Amino acid sequence: MSNELLIVQAIAIPLLGAVGIVLAGRQHPNLREAVTLITAVGLAGLVWSLVPEILAGGRPFIRLIEFIPGLAIEFRVEPLGMLFAALASLLWVVNSIYSIGYMRGNNEQNQTRFYAFFAVALAATMGVAFAGNLLTLFIFYEILTLSTYPLVVHKGDARTVASARVYLGVLLATSIGMFLPAIIWTYHLAGTVDFVPGGILDGRVAGPVVGLLLALFVFGIGKAAVMPVHKWLPAAMVAPTPVSALLHAVAVVKAGVFTIIKVVVYIFGIEFVFTDGSSGWFFFVAAFTIIAASLVALQQQNLKRLLAYSTISQLSYVVMAVAILKPLAEIGAAIHMVTHAFGKITLFFAAGAIYTVSKKTEINQLRGIGRKMPWTMTAFTIGALSMIGVPPTGSFISKWYILAGAIEADNHVAIATVVVSTALNAAYFLPIIYLVWFQKEETPPGMDHGEAPFAAVLALTITAGLSLLFFFFHQPVVELAAQLVREMP
Amino acid sequence: MSLAGHLPILQVVVPLLIAPLVVFLRPRGLAWAAAATASLLAFLIAVTLTGQILRSGPVTYMLGSWPVPYGIELHVSPFSALILLIVTGASTVALFAGRRSINMEVNNDRQPLFYSAWLLALSGMAGITVAGDAFNIFVFMEIASLSGYMLIAAGPDRRALPAVFKYLLMGTIGATFYLIGVGLIYMMTGTLNLADMEARIHGVGELKPILVAAGFITVGLALKAAVFPLHVWLPNSYTYAPHMVTVFLAACSTKVSIFVLLRFDFLVFQQNLVAHDIQFATVFIPLAILAILIPSVSAMFESNLKRLLAYSSVAQIGYIMLGAALVSVTGLTAGIVTMFNHALAKGALFLAVACLGTHFLQLRIENIRGAARHMPWTMAAFVLAGLSLIGVPGTAGFISKWYLILAALQEGSLGIVLVAVVLISSLMAVVYIWRVVEAAYFGIEKEGLQPAGEAPLALLAVTWITVLANLYFGFFPSLPLTLSTEAATALLEHLR
Repeated sequence: MSNELLIVQAIAIPLLGAVGIVLAGRQHPNLREAVTLITAVGLAGLVWSLVPEILAGGRPFIRLIEFIPGLAIEFRVEPLGMLFAALASLLWVVNSIYSIGYMRGNNEQNQTRFYAFFAVALAATMGVAFAGNLLTLFIFYEILTLSTYPLVVHKGDARTVASARVYLGVLLATSIGMFLPAIIWTYHLAGTVDFVPGGILDGRVAGPVVGLLLALFVFGIGKAAVMPVHKWLPAAMVAPTPVSALLHAVAVVKAGVFTIIKVVVYIFGIEFVFTDGSSGWFFFVAAFTIIAASLVALQQQNLKRLLAYSTISQLSYVVMAVAILKPLAEIGAAIHMVTHAFGKITLFFAAGAIYTVSKKTEINQLRGIGRKMPWTMTAFTIGALSMIGVPPTGSFISKWYILAGAIEADNHVAIATVVVSTALNAAYFLPIIYLVWFQKEETPPGMDHGEAPFAAVLALTITAGLSLLFFFFHQPVVELAAQLVREMP
Repeated sequence: MSLAGHLPILQVVVPLLIAPLVVFLRPRGLAWAAAATASLLAFLIAVTLTGQILRSGPVTYMLGSWPVPYGIELHVSPFSALILLIVTGASTVALFAGRRSINMEVNNDRQPLFYSAWLLALSGMAGITVAGDAFNIFVFMEIASLSGYMLIAAGPDRRALPAVFKYLLMGTIGATFYLIGVGLIYMMTGTLNLADMEARIHGVGELKPILVAAGFITVGLALKAAVFPLHVWLPNSYTYAPHMVTVFLAACSTKVSIFVLLRFDFLVFQQNLVAHDIQFATVFIPLAILAILIPSVSAMFESNLKRLLAYSSVAQIGYIMLGAALVSVTGLTAGIVTMFNHALAKGALFLAVACLGTHFLQLRIENIRGAARHMPWTMAAFVLAGLSLIGVPGTAGFISKWYLILAALQEGSLGIVLVAVVLISSLMAVVYIWRVVEAAYFGIEKEGLQPAGEAPLALLAVTWITVLANLYFGFFPSLPLTLSTEAATALLEHLR
């Protein structure tokens, strides 16, 4: 079978899975969960089978429909998209195991709808990862927004609906109000919206307009949560935890930073984008977001909201790393997408596990919980250390590359930002670790509980393990990232 | 001449001749069957005509083989073909979908008259579209308008009567203005044929009366087309008309007037009056901006579903006029393709609302809470059609937005403002569509209401066909785009 068709299948499989989930429905919950798992495993196997070809330099391409000349729905697999798709599909498997434990443990309503839209969201993620031009990417970007809305609003009470409205409102408003015009403007200037190594805008536009167009893209891609368009991410925390874990720590937010990288590398061209002084703000906005989001995280009492602000900060690491413009930093940006995913999904899994057994959501309720849930809290600790960037966790590697790039570029602001934010990360994660392990618990009698459901514990152990393993085995990922750098002229 | 050669006149005559026959079809259902058949025939004729035009260019037809200027000339251009497709398509869709819905709303013994009026309206609009001279356009316009008033007033809601009276008054003023303009031109040129007119005005020494005529005709047609701020008759007429009439008229009636307006302004006036294109732009660009923004705001705060969609129609007319007022090929293409795509989207939305109307007597947002649980297909259709109205990629609406923004960007710094206007109104469309979706999907049902069932199968099936057409023309827009581009090029030929 040719690899071109594999791309289409990667999008079709989760969609078929969604249909299967709906058919199995409420009557056969075991069958339904089996369909989810099989779909997830099938998708992961299929996506990973593409990796060798990409590593060997292949770039499978398929065009489905060309509706206006220069405007088509087409897919092309390149290293970064491969990395993103492989990451999302792998974590979907783990997340599905976790979902089963979590959703059953909490007796959630509408589970069929939940699993079905989850599968659709994954199909959209694959579409974003493999998109061959801006328009295709935009279509799947919007499907991702719309398909995650029912997941965010899952609980259905007034507070949830209000939060979900913020979620949908910000994402749709930014994408239709800024991202889409930026795409049309690009088409107007270049006559194409294809992703081309080296960019398509060089020589077609100059002066302050470059900075303006870049701004339309960066803030229009609201999923990257660059301040001030970050409000939707804390709002999305009303969703069930598996959604926060996979979608709002990995698929959706990474789709955002992924899109920004694609735009900078394949639309503007990394050589071109910063030749004009008008794009200089880009780096500083990212640096500001890193620090500001960490400061906000410091003040959070709700565990999931703290994690959300931590995510905002970590996403901008990726954005800032791109803006440093040194090969090492670009590699760091790509790897950080992966390492942050492993760490943050573990943290969310742990938060959800705690909620499932004890209904605790606030940080000060967690005193001494480590003794009751040793597996969960060990994984949590590993995840937290990964956020700070302590060896032997994955984020150490990515931060190393980013710092190396910053030093190579002699960019003192970047170095300072990394150092300060690491300190801030430590400042809000270490107290939690201390509280969890070394303080006396305050659980009222009768509220006693043990470890979370097995499926949940299994999932979070796997992701914590991945975070540790990455420290030792990261060569293929670095190789993929290096290919991305080599594609830049 | 073979039958195929007579298609332009058959387009008008088929519904016109069946209309009086329908009045005598008393037995239940027969009148509907006759009307639906006639409408379907008209649609097939329109499709065949479009095929002919795509193959071999515009068709001119001499009635009774009398030569111009003595005989009546019919002229079918790509632009007319597009409008014919919209008019006959909307009528056919509404008739096939709406038997049950019409039975619910229109008294049984009045139904033959109702269907007769329907066919007259169809025939009138088709006539306007194919007529080659200004006076026949007027005659057909009157046929279409008068039967339109009857259709709107046929509903059970008595509030339709004041609404239709307002429409009647304003429509008559519009028609009169148009007639005054045509009279002035006739006085100066001695011809009513549009093609003749443009040639003869060239030789007229005194252009003042022509300028006055341009004013009268433009304003009169703008009234009929509900161009802001002359739209006040529209929201209530659409709200209180029977659902199927709303589907039919919302999809095409205003567009037919815009069709005539553009033909007059671009073909007759712009090449003869100095700087008329600039006048046209300076009048209609600001009006279009207001038309896009103000009714969108009204729609955001409206809770009657049909009036909400009616306000959105006024905004969409603004898009059409904005594209046209840019006086560029891309702009006109955008405006004309918007006519087609908006007809698809709004037709589908009103059909979905009609589905809701089979259960909910009061179509207000607070009444339809939780409707999606009982009418999942209806609401799914509403969501998809709503996405097309907003202009999400993959739907027909996206194509129009894309061209409109592209046309605006060609205008330099003014373009940035226009792009902003288009996008802001798209966001407002998100808001007003979303209010409905949120209520239907996530609202808590009202106590004491009968749980609704899904709408009648025919209605639902046709609704979904229309929705799928929205998706089809989002991915394969070549037919409407080809027709629109050719229409735009033809309208602007004389300026270059």
